[in-house]
Amino acid sequence: MAKIELQGLVKEYGRTRVVHGIDLAIEDGEFVVFVGPSGCGKSTTLRMIAGLEDISGGTLIIGGEVVNQREPKQRNIAMVFQNYAIYPHMTVGQNIGFGLYTSKLPKAEKRKRIEETGKILGLEALLDRRPAALSGGQRQRVAIGRAMVRDPVAFLFDEPLSNLDAQLRGQMRIEIKRLHQRLGTTVVYVTHDQIEAMTMADRIVVMKDGHILQVGTPSDLYENPVDMFTARFIGSPSMNLLPGSMASGKLTVEGATWSGGTVSGTGEVRVGVRPHDLEVAETAGSGLSATGPVVAVEPLGAETLVHVEVGGETVIATAPGRVVPPIGSSVTVAAPTGSLHLFDVATEKALGRA
Amino acid sequence: MTAATVSSELAANGRNIRPGRVITWTLLLIGGLIMVTPLLYMFSTSLKTAGQVYDLRLIPAAPTLDNYIRVVSDGRFLRWFLNSTFVALAVTVSNVFFDSLVGYTLAKFEFRGRYFVFLAILSTLMIPTEMLVIPWYLMSSQLGWIDSYWGIMFPGMMTAFGTFLMKQFFEGVPNDFLEAARVDGLNEFTIWWKIAMPMVTPAISALAIFTFLGNWTAFFWPLIVTTSRELYTLPVGLSSFAVEQSIQWEMIMTGAALATIPTLLVFLLLQRYIVRGVMLAGLKG
Repeated sequence: MAKIELQGLVKEYGRTRVVHGIDLAIEDGEFVVFVGPSGCGKSTTLRMIAGLEDISGGTLIIGGEVVNQREPKQRNIAMVFQNYAIYPHMTVGQNIGFGLYTSKLPKAEKRKRIEETGKILGLEALLDRRPAALSGGQRQRVAIGRAMVRDPVAFLFDEPLSNLDAQLRGQMRIEIKRLHQRLGTTVVYVTHDQIEAMTMADRIVVMKDGHILQVGTPSDLYENPVDMFTARFIGSPSMNLLPGSMASGKLTVEGATWSGGTVSGTGEVRVGVRPHDLEVAETAGSGLSATGPVVAVEPLGAETLVHVEVGGETVIATAPGRVVPPIGSSVTVAAPTGSLHLFDVATEKALGRA
Repeated sequence: MTAATVSSELAANGRNIRPGRVITWTLLLIGGLIMVTPLLYMFSTSLKTAGQVYDLRLIPAAPTLDNYIRVVSDGRFLRWFLNSTFVALAVTVSNVFFDSLVGYTLAKFEFRGRYFVFLAILSTLMIPTEMLVIPWYLMSSQLGWIDSYWGIMFPGMMTAFGTFLMKQFFEGVPNDFLEAARVDGLNEFTIWWKIAMPMVTPAISALAIFTFLGNWTAFFWPLIVTTSRELYTLPVGLSSFAVEQSIQWEMIMTGAALATIPTLLVFLLLQRYIVRGVMLAGLKG
């Protein structure tokens, strides 16, 4: 187990810089998830940690040692790939055992480890099968097994659940999380799925265009996003953003009414409100309220997502599960004071809550 | 859909397809006959005596296995057969090894001049063998390789076509597999041997079959580079039947028939790989 430190880590392809000197300290035993849209540099960063990409600048420290120049095998880390990368010509047992290929352990010990790993992952009955005879979830477990068997200082996961269907993804999320709790090994996990990030991470690292935008616990990021991108990226459905302005302590939101007290600052703002804070209400209370026509509804059972047109923009509000307003009808939506996020239009940075 | 419409559609299909089909099948039949006739005459002649050779009946009047007994009991034939087997196998193993190694390097490693190296290898495909024979001969003679196994084998130990074929295939192997092995601590050679090679077995079998057959039937270069009879390969040896005394057609045909056996065996046993190989060569080439 080890602490991983990224100090001013840079990646350049020719003249193009794709990772712009990022700093991060991943604590021993921590589960850190890198999240961001495609091309944000999260996978590149992971591959630099693994040693699969050369580091163009900065320092990478694993377990107190600078490893910039070390080959992947000298870093004692294990990696699980998006397409599993389990070898089709080997059995499950051989695949898991492949993690020990270079190990000098006696054969009996290797065998024991393979069996133990198979048992932990529920693969003991499948050790003699070929990957072709396995389901997607089982294949992913084999890939994890191959990583586990070596007892590495850290696990790196590169979008490991992207190829699975939604139900299996949910199941594997829990399995990986439980495995982490059981093994206590440092995990660096890359995904573009914010739900995976929210449900699994001790800390989330939000990346965009090769920069780290924010690092924090899932609730930190949800409650206090530092900019519009993080605000919209974290949380499902995405945060609603409405145009507004502030002048002499008063907040004006286009198409809506604000009765939540004074705000500090002046100028144009974007007013963010999470769909779960914006509820379909009988009457407008204190805070933000708006009335508009329903353009779409998504009944999810426990709740209903109601798309309402407010000031020319479509916002998503929530209603209790059994309430399904008809499309075209007019509804009032309201968000309580303290639930609004204000962002600067020019810098997109958070200005505070209202 | 009613029975009437089904039958009318079938009839319509039949009308549409039939003329084309007739032409296709006729052409294929003619092609097949052209291919098979010499083969049949070869087997037929091998069962005739010297006096019957010019009797062109396909089924010999008095078939005999004497020729086979003569050829097999003649030590030279066995020697040539073994020579050909050794040369074809050695060149095949060498091709599979080196073509794959170079193909893999060109497909999976980024290095300066990679494209140039690939083009240079590819461009050698455009030089006909006849043009290369003189430089090969001069090289062999300077290095003392004339009239040796090495001399017969060296020009074919690695081929541009094989390298090209393998490169195209290795490009289809996802990098994740190789990177996973890299993280697991394997060195590059072991990654190639243990991970990449098993993933391109169809290409390896195609390359092996083509190389084996090509070398089994090779005539021109072995004829030039060998002088002693002990080093003749089968095709060269068989041709020597034609220049000794008079042309002994029945002996040549018997030898040729025996020489076809490994080819036929390879084809019968590995038919599906050959068909796949031809398709691959067509698609990937």
